Parts: sequence; structure tokens; C-alpha cells
Amino acid sequence: MVSMFDVHEMEVNFGPQHPSTHGVLRVILKIDGERIVDAKPIIGYLHRGTEKLFENMSYPMCIPHTDRMDYVASATNNLGFVETVEKLMGITKQIPRRAQLMRVMLSELQRISSHLLWLATHAIDIGAMTPFFYCFREREQVLDLFEEYCGARLTLNCMRIGGMPDDLPPDWLDGVEKFVDKFEAAVDEYESLLTNNRIWKKRTVGIGVISPEDAIDWGITGPPLRGSGVEWDLRRAQPYECYPELQFEIPIGKNGDTYDRYLVRMEEMRQSNWILKQCIPLVKATPAGDIKAKISKVVRPPEGEVYHSIESPKGELGYYIVADGKTQMAYRCHVRPPSFVNLQALPAMAKGHLVSDLVALIGTIDIVLGEVDR
Amino acid sequence: MPEPLMRYLIWPLVKFLVAFIVVQVIVAAMNWIERRLLGLMQARLGPNRVGREFGIPWGLAQIIADPIKFILKEDIVPSSSEKVAYFLGPMLPLIPAFLVFCLIPYGPPPTFVVTHVNVGLLLILALTSTGVYGIILGGWASNNKYSLMGGLRSAAQMVSYEVPFGLSIVGVLMLCGSFDLVRIINYQADHIWNLFPQLIAAFIFLVAMNAENNRTPFDLPEAESELVAGYHTEYSAMKFAFFMLAEYSSMIVNCCLMVSLFFGGWTLAINGYGLTTGALRSMGLAGGILGALIFITKVMVFMLMYIWFRATFPRFRFDQLMDLGWKWMIPLALANIAVTAIVVLLGQELNFQGEVVLSIAGAAIIAFTLYLLLRPRAKVIHARRVSEA
Repeated sequence: MVSMFDVHEMEVNFGPQHPSTHGVLRVILKIDGERIVDAKPIIGYLHRGTEKLFENMSYPMCIPHTDRMDYVASATNNLGFVETVEKLMGITKQIPRRAQLMRVMLSELQRISSHLLWLATHAIDIGAMTPFFYCFREREQVLDLFEEYCGARLTLNCMRIGGMPDDLPPDWLDGVEKFVDKFEAAVDEYESLLTNNRIWKKRTVGIGVISPEDAIDWGITGPPLRGSGVEWDLRRAQPYECYPELQFEIPIGKNGDTYDRYLVRMEEMRQSNWILKQCIPLVKATPAGDIKAKISKVVRPPEGEVYHSIESPKGELGYYIVADGKTQMAYRCHVRPPSFVNLQALPAMAKGHLVSDLVALIGTIDIVLGEVDR
Repeated sequence: MPEPLMRYLIWPLVKFLVAFIVVQVIVAAMNWIERRLLGLMQARLGPNRVGREFGIPWGLAQIIADPIKFILKEDIVPSSSEKVAYFLGPMLPLIPAFLVFCLIPYGPPPTFVVTHVNVGLLLILALTSTGVYGIILGGWASNNKYSLMGGLRSAAQMVSYEVPFGLSIVGVLMLCGSFDLVRIINYQADHIWNLFPQLIAAFIFLVAMNAENNRTPFDLPEAESELVAGYHTEYSAMKFAFFMLAEYSSMIVNCCLMVSLFFGGWTLAINGYGLTTGALRSMGLAGGILGALIFITKVMVFMLMYIWFRATFPRFRFDQLMDLGWKWMIPLALANIAVTAIVVLLGQELNFQGEVVLSIAGAAIIAFTLYLLLRPRAKVIHARRVSEA
């Protein structure tokens, strides 16, 4: 078609150093005015060869490295890895109940803190400044709880193959109880700023719609999948630890847009809070100190391969380990990070939207580049 | 010294300098006030340390520390920038922003009015609308795609919102029958604050002035999360400070206009009772200072409103901003003009006071809005749970 005007598309480098690419994501944008013609994510700026590293160190030594993949949700990374190795060794049933409950509590606290960080950055990307500080206020309390348990705040290294490293500190459960009692009101506070806000709705409703079929085809998991209305949560679908005996609901969206994904994550925080509430009396009922299965100090799984996945805050976090049965090291370890798979949908979601929507979309996928690049 | 020289040159110059210095102090203080107030609203402290060594409380020395920092920082000029335009960018918005301060009446005339121009309002509108050139120029000259987009957004936004901004004033002009800010203020003291008869205009003015100053929720030209820093991405040190100075100065100008047009300026009177210009004048210099204080207090209320908005709202998207401007604000402003014109004319023909009718309507709208705000809230929307679906 011959146009009256000479139309140029502008190519913009969105990242890797950009305030709202959440790390080092680089998106090459072709824009026509403000409208996105094409968005091409380029990843790999944070590649550290984690999977290769796993082949050269014993299984317990791998755990701190899993911390550094999704560095805002390290407890669930630990959980996925130790469970996979346990499955490979066939000792899943031997994990003491107290250790299981502690794992569940830590991962639910981690889910809350990860979602808080997501909400904070998502809101500030869309221009709402205040929720950022409110979310960090509560996240700080979660991190304090982590610090009290294992000494670290972000890279927790808080689980071991066969159980937990230490028993809970004396007053830890009271601290959790205090947090849990207040947290529901805090979520209401964030919602009062955003959920019914007209501008917030204008920026999120109908943005980046993913149909349930597309979501399944792309392999999207976690809140983005549930936001599209698919009821799929590995805590229910492939239960692990003591999730079967805990009560919680799976929130799902209707339209699969950014607003629905927002609502789903907000509700997930409430549900995690509910799970924590249930866990506290259960942990109190178990004998103190019973936190480790009686297994050999040397972790040497038999020859074989295994894939195991858990529901991390961002979706299905899976580990695939091949063991040769002779050494204490994995022959091959592959990680299936949810952010990496979910990020694939970005070009299709962004096409036709405006530049402003791109930051909302990056926010709504909730990526962590440490996990994408590994 | 010959009398005309004193009257037309020296006195205005002295008065302008005084007003200028007072306003610049307010601008510098606004930086600190904004950060502290945002801190209060956001569960943190804000700058509260600078000056502790010298016994200055609450981090107040931040007001002095910031300009010193701006002056001492390295002034970086990108090698691929258009040098002349890059230099002019930050300077241009400063000129109208400063010039406007000699047109605003801060207190009862003649002492507290720098220059009494009978088309003062028109002149202010003309001057403030030139502020956008510097931003476009700076954005373009930086030779940076983000800056360019910021500049373009700013151009589109300011041009679009200039229209409702100007249109919202027309109703006030029809009621008061003058472009002279002093007469507009006196009219309000003798009748009622224009807020009531021109409620819709005041609302449009409030929104448009936020958009004019690129403040949240209309801060698209410098949208931090999208365009890094928009048009001033490449600016550092004092050049960046000039952009900021211009922005805060024009914020104050717009607040002054808001107060003068809709909130009775330096007076505190209704229907001629209270602190009218005459009453203040009869008190001599003390009355003048009182008037100026009333004026500054009212202006500060609106300055704080800017900060409150910033803490509350997310940012509009570019097309939504244009929609709001062209599809809502402009038709609304035009409708307001039509209604005001009809009521005023009918009032003249049928011998009733037009502004009384309009005021009652305005008060009714305020009451209704308050009812909407204070009634029990709708239930918070939740994501569907599986058990409900």
C-alpha cells in the first residue's frame, strides 16, 4: 500500500538497563508512534551456568545455588530441589511431619513475600507509588521471620535433603502468629488503593489477554494460568508435603487479563495466610527436634532419573535430575523455571498495545531474571 | 528621582524581586515538604537528617543542600546532542515561569500587586503556554529515543490540556466581566467564591493544571517506569535543576491562578462581608500582609493537593489521557460555558441574579459528591474461588 506519509518504525532498546524490566531483561521494541509492532525479549544477561555447576558439586552443595535462581523466592527453590533428590532416593515418605510442616510454612511465607514484591513493583510500574512502600513494610516482617529461622533474609538455604537444618527458634511461631493476624488487614489496605481505582482498572483491564487454550499451549503456569480461568495448582494437582490435609482455595480469573492476574495474586496472598494459620497449631503438636529423616550423611542416590515439580510463587518450578549411582554428583540437572516459560508469551501479549502497557505486562508475568537465565 | 521612573520601573522591580525571592524560597522548600509529606503518607520518614550537626531540626537543611548539590555536580553534555538546543531546553521554560510572577496579585493593591495589567489573565495564559517549548527542545536535542518520546508526549499533552485549561476560565470571565485578576478577586469578595457558581470549571481547571504541570496522574512525559526519566533523561546538574525549578514554579503559578479565579484570592469574604479588599486596606500595611498570608495559605493548600495526588494515583496511559482531554474535559468545559452564558443572560433579561442560581447548582453537586464519597463502600472485588465458580 502506498502511504501518503513516509512511515518509519522506531526501534527502541527496552533494557537491559531500564527501571521497569525487573533486572536485566532486554526487549527490542519496534514501535509505530507509541504502538508496539513487535517486541522481542532477549535474555541471557544473568546466565551463570547453574545447571552445569550442579554437575560438579555434591547434592547438598547445590542447595545454596538454587537460592540464586529465583532470588526473591529462595525457599520454594530449595523445596523443589530437595524434594526432587528425595524422590530420586525414595525417601519422600520418611520426612518427619514437623519438617514437612516447617517446609510448608516457609514456602507459604515465601509466596507471600514474593507476591508482595510483585505487587510493589507492578504498582510502581503503573505509576502508583504508595503501594510499593506499604508492601515492603510487610515484606520486611516476613524477611525478619526468615532471618530469625536461618540467619539469611533472601538467599535462605533453609532446607536439607531429608529434612530441615535446624529446629524452629523458641518464639518463632508466635512471631508468625503475630504477622498472620495483621496481614489480612494489610492486603485489604493495598486493595483499597488499587482494586477499585478507576485509573488502575483502565491500565489493567483488557491488557495482555491470554485465552485458557493459549495459556495451556504455551505452557504457562502459576497465577498467569489461573488468571485465564484454568484451575491448575500443583499443590492440589500433584500434592506434596502435607498440602492434602491443609485447606485452601484456588483463586481463578475470568478474562485472563492483567487485572484478573492481579486479583488472583491478591487472593493467593490471603490463601497463603490462611494456610499459615492452619499450620501453627499443627507444628505445635509435633515433637520438637524431629526434623530429619534417618538417612546416610552421604547423599548418593541410585542410578535413575526423576522429574519433580512444585508450585512456586511464579508457577511450576520443576527439577529434572539424572543420577549415575556412582558419584555424589548429578550426571545432569535441568531446571524448569516458571518465569522462563511464562516470558514466552510476552511478544504475543504486547503486540498492538502501547509502550506503557509493556511495563504492565512485564510486571504481570512476574519474572525474575535470575531464574530465566539461570 | 523622577516620579514616573519610581512608579513604573523601580517599585515594580523591587516588588518583583521580593515576590521572586519569596516564591523561589517556597519552591526550594516545596522539595523538602513534598519528600517529607510523601514519606508520611508512605510509612517512611523522608529526609530528616541534613543539618543535624548544626542544630537545624527536621532535616530542614535539605532545602539548602539540594541546590548546592545541583551546582556542584558534573554537567554532562551528550556528545551526540544538538548543543545549542540542548542548552536552550532548560532555560526556555524558566523565562515564562519567572515572568508570570510579576502578573499575579499577592495581596490588596497597590502595594502587593507588582504590575496591574488589565488583561493580566490573558497574559499569564499566553506566557505559561510557552513553557512546553523548552521541554520539546530539550527532549529532541538530547538525541535519545526516550527523551524524544517524553518530549512528544509532553507536547501532545500540554497542547491538548491547554484547551480545557483556557475554556474553564471563560465562565469566570463571563461572571466577573474582566480579564483583570484584581477585579476578579474583588468580584468574588463582593459576591461568592467562584468555586460555587463555576464548580465544574474549577474541577476542570484542577485536572488541567495537573496535566499542564506533568504531575501524577498525568506525569507521562517523565514516566519513570516507561521512559526512564522522559525528556530530562540526559540532563544533569544545574540543567536538570532548571527543569525542576520551572516545573515547581509553574505549579505555584497554577495554584495562584486557581486561588485567584475560584477561591477569592487574598480576600476572605462573602457577599461583601468579611475580609474584603476594602477591609484589608483600612488596616494599612498589616492588612496587606494579612491578605498576602491568606493568599499564600490558600496556595499551599493546592500545592499539598499536588503531593496528595502523587501519593494516591497510578499513571494514565497516553491514549487514555488524550481521551480524557478531548472527549470529556473539552465538551464539559464547552457545556459549562453554554450553561453559564444562558443563565447569566436570562438573569439580565428576567432580573434575577445568575450566579445565585449557578451557586445553588454547584452546592448541590458538592453535596451529592460528598454523599457518594461518604456512603458505605461497595464490596471489594475478589478473584473467583474454585468453590464458587
